[in-house]
Amino acid sequence: MASLRDIKSRITSTKKTSQITKAMQMVSASKMNRAEANAKAYVPYMDKIQEVVSSIANGSTDASHPMLVSRPVKKTGYLVITSDRGLAGAYNSSILRHVHKTILERHKSNDEFVIIAIGRVGRDFFVSRNMHVELEVIGVPDQPSFADISSLAKSTVNLYLNELCDELYMYYNHYVSPIQQDVTETQVLPLADFNTSNATLTSYEFEPNAEEILEVLLPQYAESLIYGALLDGKASEHSARMTAMKNATDNAKELIDSLSLQYNRARQAAITQEITEIVGGAAALE
Amino acid sequence: MKTIKVNVVTPDGPVYDAEVEMVSTKAKSGELGIMAGHVPTVAPLTIGAVRLKNGSNTDYVAVNGGFLEVRPDVVTILAQSAERAETIDLARAQAAKARAEQRLQNNDGSNDTKRADLSLKRAINRIQIAEMR
Repeated sequence: MASLRDIKSRITSTKKTSQITKAMQMVSASKMNRAEANAKAYVPYMDKIQEVVSSIANGSTDASHPMLVSRPVKKTGYLVITSDRGLAGAYNSSILRHVHKTILERHKSNDEFVIIAIGRVGRDFFVSRNMHVELEVIGVPDQPSFADISSLAKSTVNLYLNELCDELYMYYNHYVSPIQQDVTETQVLPLADFNTSNATLTSYEFEPNAEEILEVLLPQYAESLIYGALLDGKASEHSARMTAMKNATDNAKELIDSLSLQYNRARQAAITQEITEIVGGAAALE
Repeated sequence: MKTIKVNVVTPDGPVYDAEVEMVSTKAKSGELGIMAGHVPTVAPLTIGAVRLKNGSNTDYVAVNGGFLEVRPDVVTILAQSAERAETIDLARAQAAKARAEQRLQNNDGSNDTKRADLSLKRAINRIQIAEMR
């Protein structure tokens, strides 16, 4: 049995750990709230741009654009959104496991795909497996603005336009609720299915013409998709971290409880033993 | 006078939302003025000012490209970034301008020059609009 002092020092160190995890939990909770608000602020933009893109793409005009046409796939792009730091529970591992599995299933050699990594954890994961990371962004702030990601989004879209990859998938954790995040796979390029069920299709006058508008609109749309996924991923990251830290705090509490019990038992045993010794000693003197 | 609803929306959230009499802006194909009852239109915008006129009062919004969508009852401007004249940080815009100018002088590689040129345009646009308020 551990000595009283050992138990005592374990209790104090566990207490300190739990204070830290508790603080981290609260920090993540407030970051999560802001990230959720950011994701909400973004919704009107996404809705609008989706509406316009689908009404133009589905419109009567026979306008076409490379980003709307699928071509034979020689190289696939995978955009993977992870966090920069750990201590976020299964946030990174679940997404990386999913991507890794998908890549192994779909491709035989490393030349058939390129990786675009957002976040240090994902970058390191692919680099250590000798997979080609074409583009990377590290150190995205907790509350990213569009400017933080625009250059990556632009270069990603350019990869597709310059035919360095022929389709683009995006992987991120979709924020469902503070305790649930789902690994999500979306096909970004080529822009395939727009929900045609949208009843408010308007026929537009194009100034100067539909081609030139698609030229501006589609890259902007694809970039917005990436930004939207990043916001969603950030909200998930903070909530995953919050949950992980909450679990850590709870576990620490449990551990402290069981250690205190152990400590008290050991203390009692020590006292009992001392009394027995004194009584025994006194009895021997009589 | 009849008014029309105008939304300026960016990925970072809505920037402007009000009823105005006339929207005038610079599209890629030239100046564009829109009043209530305009035919549905889509047009890409250049880096420039959007003037929103309501009575004697005119608001200015700096937009960085993007495009304009007109519907019978609402005008939507979707841009990757946009700022109202009141919220433009003049000092920052001037710093960005100086930075871009310096980069233009030092560099002749095509890609960087292009980017610096664009950021110079954006900075000049913001400064001009900030001075109009």
